[in-house]
Amino acid sequence: MEKENKVKDTASDDGYCWWWLVQKGTTAVFITVGLFALLVRVAVSLHPYSGAGNPPKFGDYEAQRHWMEITINLPIKEWYRNSSNNDLRYWGLDYPPLTAYQSFIHGLFLKFFHPDSVAPFASRGHESYLGKLLMRWTVLSSDALIFFPAALYFIIVYYNQSSRTRKSELAWHTAVLLLSPCLILIDHGHFQYNCISLGFTIGAVAAILSGNDLVASVLYCLALNHKQMSAYFAPSFFSHLLGKCLRRKYPILEVSKLGLLVLGTFAAVWWPYLYSTQSILEVLSRLAPFERGIFEDYVANFWCASSILIKWKRLFTTESLKLLSLTATVITCLPSMVQQIKSPSKRGFLYALLNSSFSFYLFSFQVHEKSILLPLLPATLLAVEEPFIFRWFTQFAMLSMFPLICRDNLVVPYLALLALFVLIMNAPGQHRVRESNYLGSATMFLILCCYFVLHIVYLTMHPPEKYPFLFEAIIMNLCFSQFVLVTLGCNIKQWLLNRPAKLEETEKKQI
Amino acid sequence: MGKEKLSFKEVHHSHSPKTTLWWFFLVATCIKVLLFPSYRSTDFEVHRNWLALTHSLPLSQWYFDETSPWTLDYPPFFAYFERFLSIFAHLIDPQIVHLQNGLNYSSNKVVYFQRVTVILSDLSLLYGVYRLTRNLDSRKQQLIWSLVIWSPMLFIVDHVHFQYNGFLIGILLISLSYLEEGRDLLGGFVFAVLLCFKHLFAVAAPIYFVYLLRHYCWGGMVRGFRRLLIMGGVVTAVFASAFGPFFHLGQIQQVIQRLFPFGRGLCHAYWAPNFWVFYIMSDKGLAFIFRKLGFNVQTPTGSFTAGLVGDSSPFSVLPQIKPSVTFIMVLLALSPCLFKAWKNPQPQMISRWIAYAYTCGFLFGWHVHEKASLHFVIPLAIVAAQTLEDARHYFLLSIVSCYSIFPLLFEAREYPIKVLLLLLHSILMWSGFSAQFYDGAEATRVPTANSKKKADQFGSEGNSGATVKKGFAIGWIERIYLIGLVVVEIWGQILHPLLFGDKFAFAPLMLISIYCAFGIMYSWIWQLISIVKCR
Repeated sequence: MEKENKVKDTASDDGYCWWWLVQKGTTAVFITVGLFALLVRVAVSLHPYSGAGNPPKFGDYEAQRHWMEITINLPIKEWYRNSSNNDLRYWGLDYPPLTAYQSFIHGLFLKFFHPDSVAPFASRGHESYLGKLLMRWTVLSSDALIFFPAALYFIIVYYNQSSRTRKSELAWHTAVLLLSPCLILIDHGHFQYNCISLGFTIGAVAAILSGNDLVASVLYCLALNHKQMSAYFAPSFFSHLLGKCLRRKYPILEVSKLGLLVLGTFAAVWWPYLYSTQSILEVLSRLAPFERGIFEDYVANFWCASSILIKWKRLFTTESLKLLSLTATVITCLPSMVQQIKSPSKRGFLYALLNSSFSFYLFSFQVHEKSILLPLLPATLLAVEEPFIFRWFTQFAMLSMFPLICRDNLVVPYLALLALFVLIMNAPGQHRVRESNYLGSATMFLILCCYFVLHIVYLTMHPPEKYPFLFEAIIMNLCFSQFVLVTLGCNIKQWLLNRPAKLEETEKKQI
Repeated sequence: MGKEKLSFKEVHHSHSPKTTLWWFFLVATCIKVLLFPSYRSTDFEVHRNWLALTHSLPLSQWYFDETSPWTLDYPPFFAYFERFLSIFAHLIDPQIVHLQNGLNYSSNKVVYFQRVTVILSDLSLLYGVYRLTRNLDSRKQQLIWSLVIWSPMLFIVDHVHFQYNGFLIGILLISLSYLEEGRDLLGGFVFAVLLCFKHLFAVAAPIYFVYLLRHYCWGGMVRGFRRLLIMGGVVTAVFASAFGPFFHLGQIQQVIQRLFPFGRGLCHAYWAPNFWVFYIMSDKGLAFIFRKLGFNVQTPTGSFTAGLVGDSSPFSVLPQIKPSVTFIMVLLALSPCLFKAWKNPQPQMISRWIAYAYTCGFLFGWHVHEKASLHFVIPLAIVAAQTLEDARHYFLLSIVSCYSIFPLLFEAREYPIKVLLLLLHSILMWSGFSAQFYDGAEATRVPTANSKKKADQFGSEGNSGATVKKGFAIGWIERIYLIGLVVVEIWGQILHPLLFGDKFAFAPLMLISIYCAFGIMYSWIWQLISIVKCR
């Protein structure tokens, strides 16, 4: 029996197309996949960005450029303050201070090479060849300096843990991590810097997996201070760390250590604004845009999907909706938190990240379609354990952003990246051990048909005049239904991790 | 919910080679699609104009039309190809093929259409490389596929700059595959077709002629003569179908004049890194020395980089070079190979001989474009995994050739793309060759006791047992040369602008040409030696 297995293993080693890379070790794999990922990012950045050539307000690109203009030309205390020098109604800063510091650094870079890009007032709507190029390079460098090292850290930690895992999976996992189509489209197509906050988050996850809770806390705080959206992961970090602390000899001491570190990190980041309560509130008010509605544009979450039948904005006041969404978010988040506090584990933590971020995406207030990047991150980290869920989720995450992508004129890179993703998922020789098919084959096939048809219909047809947003509504409802299934499945999986060891052994033997 | 759960164990063994090859091609296609909005050279408008004139004008006007300065100067089969594509172009956007309104048309429709035609025509390359590798073991297959299908030079020249080299080289590879299988008639036929698509491939015609004469036609007076007639008939038929209509219209003179514009200078605007770079620099150097010594040296009346020079000579000291001189030099360089092909025609050697022919054409030919190095770099990829020396040679040649076409993409936006493509290629080559030849060493190692194995692992050179190959590694001279490429690039991108500003803007380009020319010369010498040595 052993000989047969060995022969099979040897034979299958020839199968996967990265055989010569894997032989070289993790570093060679990561460098190669990393260079390829950079190439893809550079190529995507050749395409249009959000708001290109669209005055008077343009889009996210102009927002980022404007923040660089503001941060390098005004004293730090005025960055979040409305004044004649800083009209907050024109792309006022509404992200935490770390984003402001990032804008400042990138602003210095642009000022050095192309001052026109960030000249006070005069640079509004600036769109020169060199200016655009330098802006794109700031995203590329952020990705390469923060996201890539964090991903490498995770890969090293993750594959040291499970010695069973095959090296070919390491290469494949690196590829899906670095070639996430949604992240590439949003950061290098649309134009944002999600790679920074997501990079810090991955770093924090890797630190937890390697037992460095203190480092993890600091890194997660940095993620939170770059984009407040990172709060989607807060319940899972909190419950996992709390659960571990409760199991230690002196739980109060452990909790205090973590608490002090968190406070210290926040103090360091917010230092320039700690001189008065008013300045703190000034910044905080910019981070919580509650004057906007419960959702914006079209997003595949509960409020948007159900608004076909229930007109939430008409039935309830904004205050009521805030409370309602908070309640829904907390309720859907609780099962995952309880599980992690009761029995914290590394795998459970990854599932908790997914479940927690999904609760926020599906039910919290003021969710953007780009927020799908947050649950997508832990799904990617779990790609080797849950390849089917990962693939299914990514495909519908892409579909949920399709209307945005069309508005940005990024259809061509969207299709190319989707195809590339499918190719990676179907790389020759890639192992698929124990892939569970949660849906019936017929159901899957039917849903995939809807998937393709919706893409084609959206691109080629105009909606009826009476229902101008019919296609968007259909897309969002389809995606929402799939996201709910993924969330339920992963919550169940997380709780199943609780089963006694004996039962697990029994099941293994049967398999 | 639990009952519906379908759990099963699924382990895939190796996919079939065809599936894996398609996977390679499709990954490359995704990158090509992402490169749609990148820089386009004037060749883009050249091909758009050819679509227009083949669609809008009768055949009798194709080689006379001068509505656009980008006149048709490829052989008739390529014109037919453009005519074929223009049918679809007209369906997509009639302005693409309008002779007057289409001039310099640059909407997304024309860009996407033309980019897609290059990608689809690359299927020819896919088929060619498949035919040449289908009998190899899967490791070598995948190594060669990554060298050819993921070639950074093809990405740069075809899918950014814009040309159809993948398509044409694919036809060449198909021809070579037939020859290697011993199906000489088909091989000759496909090569004739290739010549009618692009005549610059004719440099290898002498090798084809000698090889086919000796391998296909030789063997008895009657049989040989009959086969000679068959081969001659096939080739004649191909050329007749291509040039026949123009012969009939009495336009052969005009067609030939378009195909062979010898009025152009010895070198292209950006010098290809070939022998003539040395010749030109020697002339400059000698002129400088002679002037210092007090001799009266005339300033040249023409520039060696100008497009149309007429009879002006760009040289001060050394003799003027005419097309006939370059022709003779190419033949001279080819002669050792011709002798080998005559003496002992072997199917398994044909790829090397053809690649050598194109190397000779590149080094000594008239008005050579730097992109022409594709003609030998791609075929040499097919044999790169055969021996350790082949791998070492290809590693250096591939990097040098790719670097030598960097100046084609001169805009800042494309800079990271070309650098990343070359870096990726270098790493893949390094990893692939290392894995390939490390295994090779293992396979050839004589079985020994454990203690001896340990000694081997520690790199003991005093081992009296079997010789142990050390695996893939390049010598120190090659390493220094490759590091020099980095120095040249740093100089051209950073130091020169810092020190000289806008003055002497041509100097970095010259430096690239000269430095790369050394690498190509090395490759030529290496190929020549290996051809002469082999049996």
